[in-house]
Amino acid sequence: MSVDQTLFREALLTPDAPRPAGLSDGVGQPAGRRFDVYRNNVAVSLTEALETAFAVIRKLVGDANFKLLAGAFLRQHPPSSPLMMFYGAEMPEFLARFEPTASLGYLPDVARLELALRKSYHAADAAPIDPTRLQAMAPDVLMASPLVVAPSLQLIRSPWPIFALWDFNMNGGPKPTAGGEDVAVLRAEMDPEPVRLPAGGGTFLSQLLQGAPLGLAFETAAAEAEGFDLSHMLTLLIGANAITDIGDTP
Amino acid sequence: MLDATKSHFDRLPHAPGVGYKPQHFSDLLENAGSVEWLEIHAENYMGDGGRPLAQLRHLSERFAISVHGVGLSIGGEGRLDPDHLARLKHLVGWLNPASFSEHLAWSTHDSAFLNDLLPLPYTEATLQRVADHIDEVQEVVGRQMLLENPSSYLAFDESTLEETEFLREIARRTGCGLLLDVNNVFVSATNLETDPISYIDAFPLDLVGEIHLAGHDEDHDDHGKPLLIDSHGREVAEPVWALYEHVIAKGGARPSLIEWDTDVPDWPVLEAEASRAARILETVV
Repeated sequence: MSVDQTLFREALLTPDAPRPAGLSDGVGQPAGRRFDVYRNNVAVSLTEALETAFAVIRKLVGDANFKLLAGAFLRQHPPSSPLMMFYGAEMPEFLARFEPTASLGYLPDVARLELALRKSYHAADAAPIDPTRLQAMAPDVLMASPLVVAPSLQLIRSPWPIFALWDFNMNGGPKPTAGGEDVAVLRAEMDPEPVRLPAGGGTFLSQLLQGAPLGLAFETAAAEAEGFDLSHMLTLLIGANAITDIGDTP
Repeated sequence: MLDATKSHFDRLPHAPGVGYKPQHFSDLLENAGSVEWLEIHAENYMGDGGRPLAQLRHLSERFAISVHGVGLSIGGEGRLDPDHLARLKHLVGWLNPASFSEHLAWSTHDSAFLNDLLPLPYTEATLQRVADHIDEVQEVVGRQMLLENPSSYLAFDESTLEETEFLREIARRTGCGLLLDVNNVFVSATNLETDPISYIDAFPLDLVGEIHLAGHDEDHDDHGKPLLIDSHGREVAEPVWALYEHVIAKGGARPSLIEWDTDVPDWPVLEAEASRAARILETVV
């Protein structure tokens, strides 16, 4: 009898399913728990990949709960490509729907931040702009120009204190308090760093990422947050090598 | 069938190499010891940039590199993933490695990647499918590949060919070379109660472009019989070293890799394993 890969895969991903017939120990006995070596390899390797990828989620829910969560996730969402570095993209939506965690409203956005950090780590390298180019521009020309940002720059906007949750769990930072946070992931060289943005900063970056001219991005941010400090924001981005070029004026 | 003139078969030194782990980056640059080449898992270097590619670029100036794929699913029933093939072509084109290899196994089915090397029945139908896939890989990537023998925990009742016959015929049909994993030979022979020396003696050693050595764990099956697990998490076992000596004495020196992927040790422990392989390689000229 032949064991096709559909059958093999179903049996691998279903812990209590019968093992496929037609497999033996090589000398006539049914394979039995020899099949479980593969079952175990799949479940353990995918669980470990998720533990590495979502270290903060793991701390927030605890090791034992994370194992349960990972077991359910990997069966619903086995990797769709062999690039394990990007495994877990569906985690935020999964956490929002998963019954035992659905009441922890902040988990999906914390997972988004962890995904953004990995995305940033593997993003393309890009040479930063020479700041004297910006200084040499007439202010009205500069304000009419979009800025090109590095591929490693990520923005996560949340009604939850996701930076504080990350910092508390990864660095022993202060205990999080209620309130939304917008977080930029910046990669000056090789190591992505999450940075909590000041009021208006999330809107400003969001505008830049959409290709808005600098002036429009500033006005939109200033309309939302009185006293929004453009030069502080530009210093932050330039200091983290996050601006790579001046875009074409629309 | 690949044009043999494009073969890069001899470009890895006939010396020890190690599977590259980022925690050994500085050690490798400062004190590589007997290690002359490195192997990377292709899929870990398929991002767009950042530290992994920067380190690889740096290391490739100093060491011959072997690109070892773990995710192509050459034994899969479906067609090869064209996106993944394109990524391999890109990596191999960019890096121009000394060797490129993959596994006799499957890992993707119905677009789910299972992150393990899953077993195949040895039948004429499987043989033709694997040969077709290897033809496609060599065509797209544009060079010869080496195919690695698997470690087996079970056997398929439907198999009609010996693994050594199966690999020899694949190589004949496609022009690919072979990667002989000596630990896998020992693990499979123990698990399926066959003789590892007979396996080596039936293996086409002249087609071997690279050898793998690794540690395994010991477990038992339902009947209390030994079940070895290919864990890559400890030193190479003594009987595997003995089998390796047999391979080298019979087939001559080959590029020989120490694989240590879990519970990765400090550099001196890994280098000591490579030194042991070097001493065995020095026994033949």
